[in-house]
Amino acid sequence: MQFKDYYEVMGLKRDATVEQIRRAYRVLARKFHPDVNKAADSEARFKELGEAYEVLKDPEKRAAYDQLGANWKTGQDFRPPPDWGTGTEAAGGTYSDAEAAQFSDFFESLFGRGQGGAGGGARAKRPPLRAQGEDHHARIQIDLEDSYSGAQRSLNLRVPQLTADGHVQMQEHTVSFAIPRGVRAGQQIRLGAQGGPGHGDGPRGDLYLEVEFRPHPRYRAERHDVYLDLPVAPWEAALGAEVEVPTPTGTVALTIPPGSTTGRKLRLKGRGLPAATPGDFYFVLQIVQPAASTPAEQAAYRDFSAQFKHFSPRAHLGASA
Amino acid sequence: MNTSIYQTLSTVELLDERDALSLEELCRASAAPTPFIVELVEEGVLQAHADSGGNWHFGGTQLARVRVAHRLHRDLEVNLAGIALALQLLDELAQWQSIGRPTPVR
Repeated sequence: MQFKDYYEVMGLKRDATVEQIRRAYRVLARKFHPDVNKAADSEARFKELGEAYEVLKDPEKRAAYDQLGANWKTGQDFRPPPDWGTGTEAAGGTYSDAEAAQFSDFFESLFGRGQGGAGGGARAKRPPLRAQGEDHHARIQIDLEDSYSGAQRSLNLRVPQLTADGHVQMQEHTVSFAIPRGVRAGQQIRLGAQGGPGHGDGPRGDLYLEVEFRPHPRYRAERHDVYLDLPVAPWEAALGAEVEVPTPTGTVALTIPPGSTTGRKLRLKGRGLPAATPGDFYFVLQIVQPAASTPAEQAAYRDFSAQFKHFSPRAHLGASA
Repeated sequence: MNTSIYQTLSTVELLDERDALSLEELCRASAAPTPFIVELVEEGVLQAHADSGGNWHFGGTQLARVRVAHRLHRDLEVNLAGIALALQLLDELAQWQSIGRPTPVR
């Protein structure tokens, strides 16, 4: 396995004080916590940080790690020496199975699962004799159109099962279910008994799927309302216009009122996500202008500006025109 | 290795927004302790609806809030007021992201 340089993980020098270690952990934990940091690797980095802190905050573990690791670099092939762990408190931990599961192989080779388990220290928990299994959580991505029309979905689940001779086997099965019309982001679909296995002969836990909309190239949803940024020409906004526009439920004719500006919202009542009281659909106007590519187009712009000599877009900024 | 079997489950439900989850179900689903959930309701972080027997029920969208609150409390030692503020800011951030505003690179 590979050596992990816990000081490097935490951005610390090897002579860091207890206070420096604690402070570094607090700062980095806030930075990499997966609920705060949505980068793909934040969960892995947060776990790695937790492991580094677990070692460096404990004087005995730190001393053992320092003694052993002084000559190693991150990524180097590593094996603890044969006499490692004899006669030191630090070598054995009292981690419950759940806690030990989150540590890397490197950590376990040094500090182990230890005497946790049946006898246990204060932190080891005995599993209950008969209890419902854990609930599991996942996210399911759907398209906005799926919410308008409803959809059928299948999910492949791999679920651990106990065989008759006590081995754990991964059982695969596919569940299919309907996505109802009008579902919105953040709602939960509960699949009964598709969660963790029960303890003893207790029932299985459930599986919760949180609904998420895949980013849509055109539309975005906020609760039940749906939005489209609608590009319009400057003359359409100034003079008004009748335009054809797309919505998830088909093309509609829209009246742009004269005197419109960028950001103006035009509402189509009831054309948002379906519901007992359906949401609304909003067009958000974005004025865009054509480029002045040809001499004729440039002349047209100059004539345009000549008609609007008193238009002063920067007047409120205080500098002269 | 293992065969796939198609199953249409009878126990698939879209959780409604008023009383989908009892306090006990919310505890189990979120793995958060009951007293913690009670504190979240008292702080105004969660919305509970009481039925005629005085029992609390929660809409399905409250589940994600409890899980985030519990992780902030457990991992970052955030107190109740901080959790409330953090969730509020995370909601606002999500809204900005949904309208395409760029967020700072960390």
